[in-house]
Amino acid sequence: MERNQQLRRQLASMRQSLFDQGHLDEQFILLEELQDDANPNFVEEVVTLHYRDSARLITTIERALEKSPLDFNKLDGYMHQFKGSSTSIGAQKVKAESTQLENIARQEMEKAQLHLLELMHSFQVKTLSKNNNNLICMNPSRCMKTFQLLKRDYATLRRKLEAYFQLARQAGPNEIACRPK
Amino acid sequence: MMIGAEGASSSKKARISENPVSKNRPYFALVVDDDPMIRRIHSMILKSVGFKVEVAENGKEAVDLFRTGAKFHIVFIDMEMPVMDGIEATKAMRAMKVESKIVGVTSRNSETEREVFMQAGLDLCYTKPLTMAKIVPLLEELQKN
Repeated sequence: MERNQQLRRQLASMRQSLFDQGHLDEQFILLEELQDDANPNFVEEVVTLHYRDSARLITTIERALEKSPLDFNKLDGYMHQFKGSSTSIGAQKVKAESTQLENIARQEMEKAQLHLLELMHSFQVKTLSKNNNNLICMNPSRCMKTFQLLKRDYATLRRKLEAYFQLARQAGPNEIACRPK
Repeated sequence: MMIGAEGASSSKKARISENPVSKNRPYFALVVDDDPMIRRIHSMILKSVGFKVEVAENGKEAVDLFRTGAKFHIVFIDMEMPVMDGIEATKAMRAMKVESKIVGVTSRNSETEREVFMQAGLDLCYTKPLTMAKIVPLLEELQKN
């Protein structure tokens, strides 16, 4: 009984720190509130679905960032999916970094397009397509740096949530895992 | 309110025992999204306020459901999906004279993209993810009608 109470206190503390450290936002609370007796593992199931998709996206984005020239449209699409998935589980920090990376990539694309136009005017290059999405990223290190931060925070949140759900299973199904209707 | 702190939020209050849907007749909702996580979350939100929910993985599946005679009071449809996207599916449903309320759900913030989606025949368009604050007014409107 005492051990259980201790586990529950630990669980509550872990949960609160995820919010205090900015890893999670109110969307996570919404997921918790949806969890009930009929769906006692709903939050963990949703987070697991998120990690399945986001792990694949991280690899894809990494490969896309290593390519030169950068395919901006594809990268934008991948970042958009990743951001959407992170938003849905309340992953606040990761969501913010995804938005930042999206914005950096767009700024770099605009710079590259401007540079391309200047080149076209200077050298009268007529064969280049106006809709060329394979543009050279002017500052790939800026994109990569932000992406590394995102990967770091993603891995941190994943590690903390896995520990949290493991503790929740030890504490038993009548605590955080399952709120009465 | 300190975020993460214990205590029922207004969204939980909307759900607990005040289940306006089940007090009257059941309402049927269709969730159309290629992301299984989104289908799961949106289904749970809708079920929590009493909707009976079906899901479709893309626009074609949604259109096929209507073609087979299925009826829904409300459809929540994602914009970007493989096979048939939300824009094409919405156009197809309206061409079939589907009278359900069709709500677009997208993570795109571009006004132009949202306008194109609206023009396809949506009643309104929300940014993902759905929340209680977005669902409850829709429910109240259904009950009024």
